[in-house]
Amino acid sequence: MLKQIEGSAAVAEAVALCRPEVICAYPISPQTHIVEALGRMVTDGRLAPCEFINVESEFAAMSVAIGASAAGARAYTATASQGLLFMAEAVYNAAGLGLPIVMTVANRAIGAPINIWNDHTDALSQRDCGWIQLFAEDNQEALDLHLQAFRLAEELSLPVMVCMDGFILTHAYERVDLPTQQQVDAYLPPYLPRQVLDPAEPISIGAMVGPEAFMEVRYLAHAKQRQALDLIPSWAEEFRRIFGRDSGGLTHAYRVDDAEIVVVALGSVLGTIKDTVDEMRTGGTRIGVLGIGCFRPWPTAAVREALQTAKRVVVLEKSLAVGLGGIVSNNVAASYAGSPDRVHTVIAGLGGRAITRQSLHRLLGQAVEGGLEPLTFLDLDHALVERVIARERGQRRSGPIAEGILRDLGVVAARAG
Amino acid sequence: MSYQPIRFYQTGTFTVGNRLLPDEQRSVQANMRRTNSLNSGHRACQGCGEALGARYTIDAAMEATQRQLVAANATGCLEVFSTPYPETSWQIPWIHSLFGNAAAVGTGIAAALRVKGRHDVRVIAQGGDGGTTDIGFGCLSGMFERNDDVLYICYDNEGYMNTGVQRSSATPPAARTNTTMPLGQSAGNRFGQGKYLPAIAMAHDIPYVATATVAELHDLEAKVRRAMEFRGARYIHVFVPCPLGWGHDSAATIRIARLAKETGLFPVFEAEGGRVTHVSRIKRKLPVEEYLRPQQRYAHLFRDPPRRDVIERIQQLADRNILRYRLTDGVERRA
Amino acid sequence: MFEVRIHGRGGQGVVTAAELLSVAAFREGRHAQAFPSFGSERTGAPVVAYCRIDDKPIRLREPIMAPDALLIQDPTLLHQVDVFSGLVPDGYVLINTTRSLDELGLAEFLGRFRRERVCTVAATELALAHVGRPVPNAALLAGFAAIAGRISLDSVEAAIRDRFPAKVAEANVAAAREAYRSVMRNMQEVAHAEAD
Repeated sequence: MLKQIEGSAAVAEAVALCRPEVICAYPISPQTHIVEALGRMVTDGRLAPCEFINVESEFAAMSVAIGASAAGARAYTATASQGLLFMAEAVYNAAGLGLPIVMTVANRAIGAPINIWNDHTDALSQRDCGWIQLFAEDNQEALDLHLQAFRLAEELSLPVMVCMDGFILTHAYERVDLPTQQQVDAYLPPYLPRQVLDPAEPISIGAMVGPEAFMEVRYLAHAKQRQALDLIPSWAEEFRRIFGRDSGGLTHAYRVDDAEIVVVALGSVLGTIKDTVDEMRTGGTRIGVLGIGCFRPWPTAAVREALQTAKRVVVLEKSLAVGLGGIVSNNVAASYAGSPDRVHTVIAGLGGRAITRQSLHRLLGQAVEGGLEPLTFLDLDHALVERVIARERGQRRSGPIAEGILRDLGVVAARAG
Repeated sequence: MSYQPIRFYQTGTFTVGNRLLPDEQRSVQANMRRTNSLNSGHRACQGCGEALGARYTIDAAMEATQRQLVAANATGCLEVFSTPYPETSWQIPWIHSLFGNAAAVGTGIAAALRVKGRHDVRVIAQGGDGGTTDIGFGCLSGMFERNDDVLYICYDNEGYMNTGVQRSSATPPAARTNTTMPLGQSAGNRFGQGKYLPAIAMAHDIPYVATATVAELHDLEAKVRRAMEFRGARYIHVFVPCPLGWGHDSAATIRIARLAKETGLFPVFEAEGGRVTHVSRIKRKLPVEEYLRPQQRYAHLFRDPPRRDVIERIQQLADRNILRYRLTDGVERRA
Repeated sequence: MFEVRIHGRGGQGVVTAAELLSVAAFREGRHAQAFPSFGSERTGAPVVAYCRIDDKPIRLREPIMAPDALLIQDPTLLHQVDVFSGLVPDGYVLINTTRSLDELGLAEFLGRFRRERVCTVAATELALAHVGRPVPNAALLAGFAAIAGRISLDSVEAAIRDRFPAKVAEANVAAAREAYRSVMRNMQEVAHAEAD
């Protein structure tokens, strides 16, 4: 059924259709609307049987999910930003224990300075935690990915993180096609764990593993993720058969067939990039887009294939490996058959800075002309940062960066220089 | 068949008497049908108070729940010595997740069981004092506050023993640990710090809170049984001496535990709904020195010259406990 | 694509207005995307919300920088925030006020735009009269339906009924209808004036 609803509401509906049995909620913007909606559904009995637990922290949220999942219940939680970092230890633990928990991450920047707006720093900080990480381009895909996530998680015995851009998607009203319960039930069978905490068959889970077996355990976690690269497209195909639309999968290639320049990105910014690319195509530029739908496991072969014709690759990412440059671009460069110096990193949209068509045209125009630097910060106030760097070169004093540039921003008079 | 009341005068242990008692008075451990939930073959040290406490606790809980029990375990000695991969000593469904989240994992298990209609299966979460009073405190308080149907057991050996004897917020004043070394004028762990979790648990108004020691195992078992009569969040704080960390003879575990109670340093009581309902009386009040002297962690108090001032301050703490919990009142207080 | 930017203050239902507009457009079979300006603004702070309407799926995610229409819920913003920033030359402007453009000191500035596309409506007063609370968004949206003709009053009413409990919805619908009539009347006056 077509509905015009908020992204968070769409995700809550999708999660409810998956019949979760335990939902742990701890509020953090911009994830709150999702768990609020689910809480209402549990309270009014629409979602039953289900336990909705208001926990005291994100660490507890993931820990309760761990206990619930290990005891055989389908478990769900949602978080963002600081919350994801606060639960990080349990995030790794859930993956290590092979528990098929599904979690929405409403992507948001990490402080300090505290910032509630969107970028991908939170999810990408957990890229090596062993979870499958899926990124939604729009709210329809965010909805669909949750249905797929429970399926993937339970088939693979791995937790799955569905990443959707905070505010940009979570708070956007747009048209979504809500599936029926029958469709979802046909796609997602009941959760049947391989191991479960049951007095009838007592098992010990979570023992200490020493050097004699730890490498093997980690290798098998890696091998399972690599196997997922084959399974994810086939389940996306099954999804298409049941729901009648393309959603999920490893990558989304757009006008790449003859493209000499391919822009690679994750999440909702892909829409703006596609609109820009269409305009550039009209002007005769052979340019295409590659959306990464599945960031972990990293779809090496699919990326390599999509970039086959590309003479230049521009990776536009809402994340920054401080002291290095790009995170996504490093992954892309490792999968690109051409010379790595043809892969350009563009850091954009950090902390919610708008990524506009105008800026993209300027940036991609540079790429077409061959004038794009290896590492670019889109719409950075160069004059400001250069002034600060020059001033601080003469000083040996520590202090917070944001407060240190107050006077440069001209907002207020800083008390200390 | 009638029984002659028997008094035992052994000073080290009560267990011998079990065989002479009628069945209903025997401990669960004395029963051949005990579940041996924490099986032999684990890697605990000689005289480990925690291993003893856990065995009695879990077997008693198994009996109380008709063997329908699941346990979540915090990281710590108990977890490490009981599950040296690929072996396990646990004969119950058992999960170890992290150091600080046992209570929350317990909440999750309880939620899963509730949603599946398995009201017969009960949940225990357990950990040492570090995993309870320090790193797991947030999750524990959350579990208490929501009144989740979990019995939490803290095995309190007053420090981080698994990592090599460091201070926790349950380490008593003047105790030597590797992070509270008595050097120069320092007399070990500082006075005026630390937290007393049983009182904090009671402040959450949860249905049941109790303390126990491994010196009175009948009492421990009875409290576990009592705890299982309630639904909601319950807390039992078990005093478990650590021969390694405290520097006492491994054969002295029970005696040290009894001394902690008899000096008043560790009050043994029960509370229901936030109110103390029963206190185990001190049978023969002893000066704290008798408790301190056999333990190497207090050896710096007894050098030449002895730290009379410090011993006196510890005595004051014991006396305060005695007053606060009426540990020497003539009649046992039962509500 | 038609892009609408709504300016108001936290608590006035600015974000809800954008959402309702998107639902109204959706009901007419259009694609619509409504989103707020993503702040942690509290009650009373300036707030912006956006709505895009198109006949095909909307992929664009940038803020609306060159709106086709501006809805200004709170006239006290006029001198605080550059509400007119980027407005296209033939764009629509609807201001919630009881005062005239002259009184607001905007007559000269707005003279650059098409006269029949610039209008005021006393949305707050209509809300107070019908709903009993100063929530001008329903009335303002109906005014937008009148001035721009992009969505029907019926769709606005349906979106309101979707969103609010029956009693609140009907009160808002009543405010919306009166706002619609008021703007229509206003525009007819302008048309007559221009014809004269």
